Parts: sequence; C-alpha cells; structure tokens
Amino acid sequence: MPPKTMYEKVWDQHVVKEMPDGLTVLYIDAHLIHEVTSPQAFEGLRAADRKLRRPDLTYATMDHNVPTTDRSLPMTDEIARLQVDMLAWNCEAFGVPLYDLDSPRNGIVHVIGPELGITQPGKTMVCGDSHTSTHGAFGALAFGIGTSEVEHVMATQCLLQKRSRTFEIRVDGVLSDGVTAKDIILNIIRRTGTAGGTGTVIEYAGSTIRGLSMDERMTICNMSIELGARAGLIAPDDTTFEYLAGREFVPDGGAFDRAVAEWRTLATDDGAEFDERLALKADEIVPQVSWGTNPGMVTDVTGVVPDPAGMDSENDRRAAEKALSYMALEPNTSITDIEIDRVFIGSCTNSRLSDLRAAADVIKGRRVSPRVNALVVPGSTAVKRQAEAEGLDRVFLEAGFEWREAGCSMCLGMNPDILQPGERCASTSNRNFEGRQGRNGRTHLVSPAMAAAAAVAGHFVDVRDW
Amino acid sequence: MAEPFTTHTGLAAPLDRINVDTDQIIPKQFLKRIERTGFGQFLFYDWRFTGDGTPDPGFVLNEDRYRDATILVAGDNFGCGSSREHAPWALQDYGFRVIIAPSFADIFYNNCFKNGLLPVVLPGDTVRRMLASAAEQHPYSISVDLERQIVTEPGGASEPGGAPDPGGVSHRFEVDPFLKHFILEGLDEIGWTLQFEDDIAAYERTQCTG
Repeated sequence: MPPKTMYEKVWDQHVVKEMPDGLTVLYIDAHLIHEVTSPQAFEGLRAADRKLRRPDLTYATMDHNVPTTDRSLPMTDEIARLQVDMLAWNCEAFGVPLYDLDSPRNGIVHVIGPELGITQPGKTMVCGDSHTSTHGAFGALAFGIGTSEVEHVMATQCLLQKRSRTFEIRVDGVLSDGVTAKDIILNIIRRTGTAGGTGTVIEYAGSTIRGLSMDERMTICNMSIELGARAGLIAPDDTTFEYLAGREFVPDGGAFDRAVAEWRTLATDDGAEFDERLALKADEIVPQVSWGTNPGMVTDVTGVVPDPAGMDSENDRRAAEKALSYMALEPNTSITDIEIDRVFIGSCTNSRLSDLRAAADVIKGRRVSPRVNALVVPGSTAVKRQAEAEGLDRVFLEAGFEWREAGCSMCLGMNPDILQPGERCASTSNRNFEGRQGRNGRTHLVSPAMAAAAAVAGHFVDVRDW
Repeated sequence: MAEPFTTHTGLAAPLDRINVDTDQIIPKQFLKRIERTGFGQFLFYDWRFTGDGTPDPGFVLNEDRYRDATILVAGDNFGCGSSREHAPWALQDYGFRVIIAPSFADIFYNNCFKNGLLPVVLPGDTVRRMLASAAEQHPYSISVDLERQIVTEPGGASEPGGAPDPGGVSHRFEVDPFLKHFILEGLDEIGWTLQFEDDIAAYERTQCTG
C-alpha cells in the first residue's frame, strides 16, 4: 500500500460510490445546521416531498443572527426572529435535535460541535458555513457548503465530491510569549494570500502545531477558508483524545479505547506525498495585525502600514490603494499608532475559554480606554458559564467591557452588534472585508491578547511588551 | 432542480477588482430572507448605493450602458469568503447568467452551478483585455457556448446590440465534466444521488453510522 495522507484516509473511508471520472458519492457523518443557510433547504425538501434521511446525524443551533443581550426579552428584529422561528419549526417537523436559545448547549455552531463531542477524528462533517473547517482541528474532514448542498445532505446524507489537492503547512519551533495560534494563521495567510489554498485541503503539521491546545488548533483550522482552502486538518493525538474524553457524544469505557486506537491510525503515513508544501519557523512570527480589507493584508505589530507604491504587482497595488482608502490609513503609519474605537472578542475563531482567559490576563486590574467601547461575546453558553465560574466575567466587567450572551455577533453583524460607519475595531474574528462588521466599519484582525491590550491602550500595542 | 445553461450571448460589464468577496456580493443584512428569490435588489448593495440608499453614480453597474448586462467580468478570486448561496442567488436574480474571472473561490464556484449561473475561468491576460474592452467598447457583447466550452468576444465592430461578429476571438475554457453535465441538463443532483440508495444503505450498515 502506498503511503497516504490523513485526508486520503478519511476520504477513502467515506466513499459510497466512485465513478470512473473520480466523481464520488461521499458519506457525511455529521451535518450541522443553523438558522441562516437552512430555511431554503428545508423548503426544497418539502417541495420535492423528500424526507430528511438522518435526523440523528443532524444537529441544529441558532447563532448567526441572535441577539447577545438579555435572552428573556423578545427578539426585536422581526425578520431575524422569523428565521429563528423557522428553524425551530423545521427541526420539529423533521425531527432534528435543536439547541435553541434556551438550551445550555446553545452557541456558535463551530464552538458547540467540539464542545459536545459531535466533532471526532476521522468523521466527515459539513455545515452551511465556510468556517466549518474549524472541526479539522480534530482530524475530521470538515468543510462549508452552500444551501443546495445542505439540502443534498439532508436528503441523502451524502455529497457529490471530487478529491481535492493536498497542501502541507509545517510550523516548527517555539513561539515567543505573547504570540498565539491566531498570529500563526494570520502569518500563513499573509504569505499565501487569500487564494493560496484554493482547491486544496491543508494539513497543518510540525512541532509547533503538535504543541498547541485544542482551542488553539481550532483557531488555526478555522481560518483555512481565509486562504481559500476547502478544509484544514491536524492529526489527532493525545491532546485530542484528552479533550474528547467524557464529552456527551463521545463513546465511553471500552468503546472510547477502541475509538482512540482507530483514531491513532489516521495520521499521515511517512513518505506520503502532498501537492504543495509550505514551512514556517515559529520563532520568526510576532503578533500580527491586519491593515487592509482581506485576511491576507496583514503585517507585524512592530511594522508599518505598507506603501502600495512599493508593490510589484499592479493587482496588489490597486487592491492595497483601495483597501487603504477604505481603512482611512496612510502608508508608513506605525501599526502601534493606529487608534481604535471598538474591540470585539468573540467569533468561531477566538471565543473559547482559553481565548477569554488570555484576554482577561491582559486586562486584569486595568481599565478600557475612554475612547473604546469593548465587547466580549463567549462562543457558547457553556463557555460563558465556565468563564463566569472562573470569575472572568468580573475581570471583563470591572475593566469596562460588556459581557454578553453567546452568538456570532459582531463577527458578521447580522444581529444588532455592528460597527457604526467610520468606526475602527480591533477584532478577534476572521474577516476584515469591507462592511463585514457594519457598513463602512473598519476591522483589524488580531489575537484575543492583542485585542485586549488595544482596548486598554486605545491603540495597537505589542502585547509582548505588556 | 437547477435551471439549465447551454449557450448565452449578452452584454458584458467590467468589475475590475480582485478578491470580490461574498460580503460585497450580498451584505449580511440581506441574508435574513427565507426564500431563494428576491436577492437581486441587494446585489453589491454597499457599492451600488450610498449611505442614504441612493444609487452611487460612481459604481460601474449603475452606468446606463451596463443596465442590461448579463455577463460580469471580474478579477482574481471572485466569490471568496463565506459559503452563502445568497451570493449566486443575488447575481442570478439581478440578471447575470455568466461570471468570467481568472479564478474563483471554491465554494462560490460550486454554488453557481446549482443555480444555472455559469462561472468561466479564463487566463488572467485574457480577462484583463476583456475588462478593458468592456469598459471601452459599447456594446461589448460576449457569447458563451458551454457544450463546446468556448467564449467568443467580438472580433471587430459588431452591430449595436447584436450578436458578436462570427469572426470574433474565441477562447476555450475548462470545466469539470460532471459540473458541466449537470448544468447543461439542469439535472436534479439529489435525484441523481438517490439512484445509489442501495449503496448508501449498504454503507450505513457496514459503517454502523450514528
């Protein structure tokens, strides 16, 4: 048997039928759904008089458009409420378990999947959301799909797919204090650009990746889509198994031991070939800050806003000029001189317990700058409760942060948490596209520690000097 | 069942930007609808309209001469970002049938085929020339023949509003045979997969899924 990559192993285990041209009916082990990309799919099932094949492998939550304020109050956005009500109605009608706003299991779909143990090594997982790549941190083959494919999975529990190319990204060495998983992935996208991974499934490897916690690995895999990749994978290991042990959907006792033995066989074989490779040294990475309007427009916190005039490619130069105009930034401005108005700590990239701990460490005993309005939105109700048990909510509130209920919130601004025109935000989310957090809002992507430090200082600071 | 796509001839509009993301194509405040239709009015909303909701005369699609455009020519990595199928829904509902670019983001590219919207990949220098022609010539009408995998630009002066000069410049494009087959026929992919019901059931028995 020729050596295989982890991607090829997981793929091969899920082939229901392969056509001569490589078109494959691929089985899907877990389908996560939410209120925004599912209503048209349910409607399609009804119109064609089709059943939802495996409600027991389908899991629903409400996260994208939900308010993060007091949940005992009715939702004021009528259209958003209709979407939420529609999901509840559809889940009821088709027998899908739903973690609604009153459920202790509610939260961002990519936070609760791992938290509940739905996410497991070797599974195929899909969701009508591009950040489904998050679950690859466990060695699950997980990718985002459109609503037509959501309907396809509902009806067949399968997808029609062709194999992707493979891309190994190695990170070796020791990270400096204050440098995080977020800085690694931003640095990777800075090198590859936002299309550098198009058509590939990435495997992140190397000693630095091996040393990361599950939360940190999820941050890395989460942003695989920001370099255009279908999915990002990390080989499961003891860190993975320790995280999963005892979670609701994970087998226990002897069944867990047998599962672990199986999961250990998933790692890429020695000598397996990748179509593309990239290698980074961890000790060369410093805290990263995005300056533009896509997640590849990133520089070091010690650096300056780049000058488009110095860029080689005309495409890059024009894109940078447009980005700087939108961001209201002058070339050669020091990153640490950029003042901010808002801070958002949250999103499926950075809203887990360790993210909140890292931010709380930075602000403990300090105050948010008077010029800054700062918001913490935990990724799930479970994260929120655990953080409160540890007293993190007090740390944030005493520093002047708002402490909210779980949801996607200001990452995409489908709920009332949005930037006002012209406001500049240090955000732990994943996209700095024009208007992403609110029309004419300006987003800078950073790690939770960097966002917290910026909240206190009122401008970006190098958290290594904190 | 998706709308089939075989051939199309139409006016091309240039959107000379790279990395046009799905947040630009259809901003999130318009994702709350529960239908697949009616998204065209919100296409490129933040570019088409100023803060007070009036059309921005500086945006290319607001120019009179592109009002009837059905082919959009754009830069690299078109459709990057989220998986929202609302993006192809909006483009299609607005009136576009073809998007031509040097490269597309994967999920967007795939979503287009489910909706009778054809994404066409052509070399960067060809697209660059098309962007210039669409900006300079009027009308600049392009023909797309999916069966033959050919895009034809006007070769010289074409009749105003008419089909491209048959002696025009042709470019071959590549498309996955399976995607091509499904969109040519407007096939129901779910129905196609369901013909393998026995295989799916057998897989479920051997793998003890769930």
